[in-house]
Amino acid sequence: MAVFGTGAATTSYEELEHTDLIIAWGSNTQECHPIIFNHMRRGIKNGAKMIVIDPRKIDQTKLAEKWLPVRVGTDIALANAMGHVIIKENLYHKEFVEQATEHFEAYKQAVEKYSPEEAEKITGIKAEDIREVARMYAKADRAIINWTLGITEHHNGTENVFALINLALLTGHIGKYGSGLNPLRGQNNVQGGGDMGALPNRLTGGWDFDDPEGTKLFEKVWGVPVPPKEGKHQSAMLDAMDKKEIRALYVIGENPVQSDANGNHVKSLFEGLDFLVVQDIIMTKTARMADVVLPGAASWIETDGTFTNGERRVQRVRQGLKPPGEARPDHVIVQDMANRMGANWNYSSAEDIWNEIRLVAPNFAGITYEKMDKFGGIQWPCRDADDSDRGVKYLHERLWSDTNEKKAPFHPVEYQAPIELPDEDYPFQLTTGRRLQFYNTGVQTQDYKKIKNAEEYLEICEADAKKLGLADGDIVKVSSRRGEVTVKTKISKKMSPGLVFMTFHFPELAETNVLTINAIDPKAGTAEFKSCAVRIEKVEQAAS
Amino acid sequence: MQTETQSTDHAKTVDTICSFCGTGCGLRVTIEDNRITTVKGDKNNPVSHGETCIKGAMGWGYVNSDKRITTPLIRKNGELVEASWDEALDLIADRFGSIKEKYGPDAFGCFSSSRSTNELNYLAAKFMRTIIGTNNIDSCNRT
Repeated sequence: MAVFGTGAATTSYEELEHTDLIIAWGSNTQECHPIIFNHMRRGIKNGAKMIVIDPRKIDQTKLAEKWLPVRVGTDIALANAMGHVIIKENLYHKEFVEQATEHFEAYKQAVEKYSPEEAEKITGIKAEDIREVARMYAKADRAIINWTLGITEHHNGTENVFALINLALLTGHIGKYGSGLNPLRGQNNVQGGGDMGALPNRLTGGWDFDDPEGTKLFEKVWGVPVPPKEGKHQSAMLDAMDKKEIRALYVIGENPVQSDANGNHVKSLFEGLDFLVVQDIIMTKTARMADVVLPGAASWIETDGTFTNGERRVQRVRQGLKPPGEARPDHVIVQDMANRMGANWNYSSAEDIWNEIRLVAPNFAGITYEKMDKFGGIQWPCRDADDSDRGVKYLHERLWSDTNEKKAPFHPVEYQAPIELPDEDYPFQLTTGRRLQFYNTGVQTQDYKKIKNAEEYLEICEADAKKLGLADGDIVKVSSRRGEVTVKTKISKKMSPGLVFMTFHFPELAETNVLTINAIDPKAGTAEFKSCAVRIEKVEQAAS
Repeated sequence: MQTETQSTDHAKTVDTICSFCGTGCGLRVTIEDNRITTVKGDKNNPVSHGETCIKGAMGWGYVNSDKRITTPLIRKNGELVEASWDEALDLIADRFGSIKEKYGPDAFGCFSSSRSTNELNYLAAKFMRTIIGTNNIDSCNRT
């Protein structure tokens, strides 16, 4: 989060059990993060109230005090209207705003026009419900906002996040136990990948790529200078492949040909590369296009190392299995490649590598393998290797101190409609997500035994199904301006008129991402998976 | 705490972390003859206290699956064929070297893995920045 200078959850999971208000905003926590949802459940048992903000009537709405069925892609209008109410009714935390933040006046001005009545027209949520939830959030002693890809997978995902951060700054729900901002991570080491500098603009430990102090430290440890030019994020790399600026690509454990928005386009870009190296455990569609395929390991049980979870906790994974055949742990493969290209890397273990990370990343300097073994994972920042430094549960406590000099800025943001809205030709809005038992493009979950519903289907509300003459199980063709897929229909009480839902777990059966749009958030490079316009036509009656 | 691994001649238990989402639940894995036999929640783990979801407890079949890639593969006459590590690494060093010479370091990109370890991600970043010489690396933290 650029506002605070770190990209991480400010809270710990345990705080969900010791808070007064839990907002799940664009997060189907119960299905996508079931164990975090258990923390929420215990929080509710301890007296917290939950608010669910989601276009679909997902199961967790049953535990919610309030469900706000926000229209897909209108979250900024809702958040700004909440800010509007909180300021108008004088419910904001004046001392905190004054002492810890800046640009409040600009924010106040920006939200002025988002009256609950205006926001109702955009979001579909009743003005009085917006008022009620705004008051609940502002008046709560402690409150945590949780979100996932429902917030970030939009062309303006970064601005969506700013809209939520603004609310926390306005109310002081940040920097104290039981209050904060909690982006739930979709993949096991999203946090770690970023922390480790697998980013085009950040070095290991969160240094900006051109930070003078940081680059000096890296040059000392690495023996060569850090490249001076900012790199490209994934979407920009795809553009550069289109322009033949990028000609060689190294893909580790990813399946972009299937998982990226507008899959057909991505496939043609991969075909245009001079040289493609893919390191993976299974022959994905991406691997089948490679010039060289390197057999990697299942990181959680065939390698030693660490993952960092969504509450900044670095934890040990341990090798219990030898990778099959000639396959090797992934970090070993990178070392082999480097040495074949003339380097002289001599890491004899994952711990060796970790100890080098501790030299360049002060926030991790105090986290040792020994301490992780002893205490079961340590939350960064942890700067001192001494046992007494056990890391930090929540971030930004400094904002409450009189002597704090680094103020947190408001970032006023404006509502923009999704890039592609339903029209006459493509009258439905398709949104995408995960289901409980399955994961991403299904590489790891296609082999389940004994699991029901192991197939893709289109979820649609009863009224729309009736209009199209569809019964449960009918086969339909779903098409967008970019492609088409054929799937079964499932009539679902979760859906509302005009909105349909698919996952992307079963690409061999239905390539959902050939439908989605590659409109990109310019700041974060996230594609707008969560919204595109589609047409639905019946192909075949359900077998009876 | 969670370091304990008990082993006999052919069976052992290993404490590790689930790889299905960002929660970071602790798993206790039983292994016999280099195959997983059971996966249970690790009661000592501070995140999950022994809890797991259906993915964590049951979603490991792919590890033992015959779909795993077991040797390096290189493309010859349009087909991917089995190769030794030496052949694969030589080919990469050769092609990466000539592309770098002809088009420079910014003609390279790396999509690193949010599924793999911190140690892998650190080395991938170091590889791209020091061996290739570009900042064109991203992890899948946006998708």
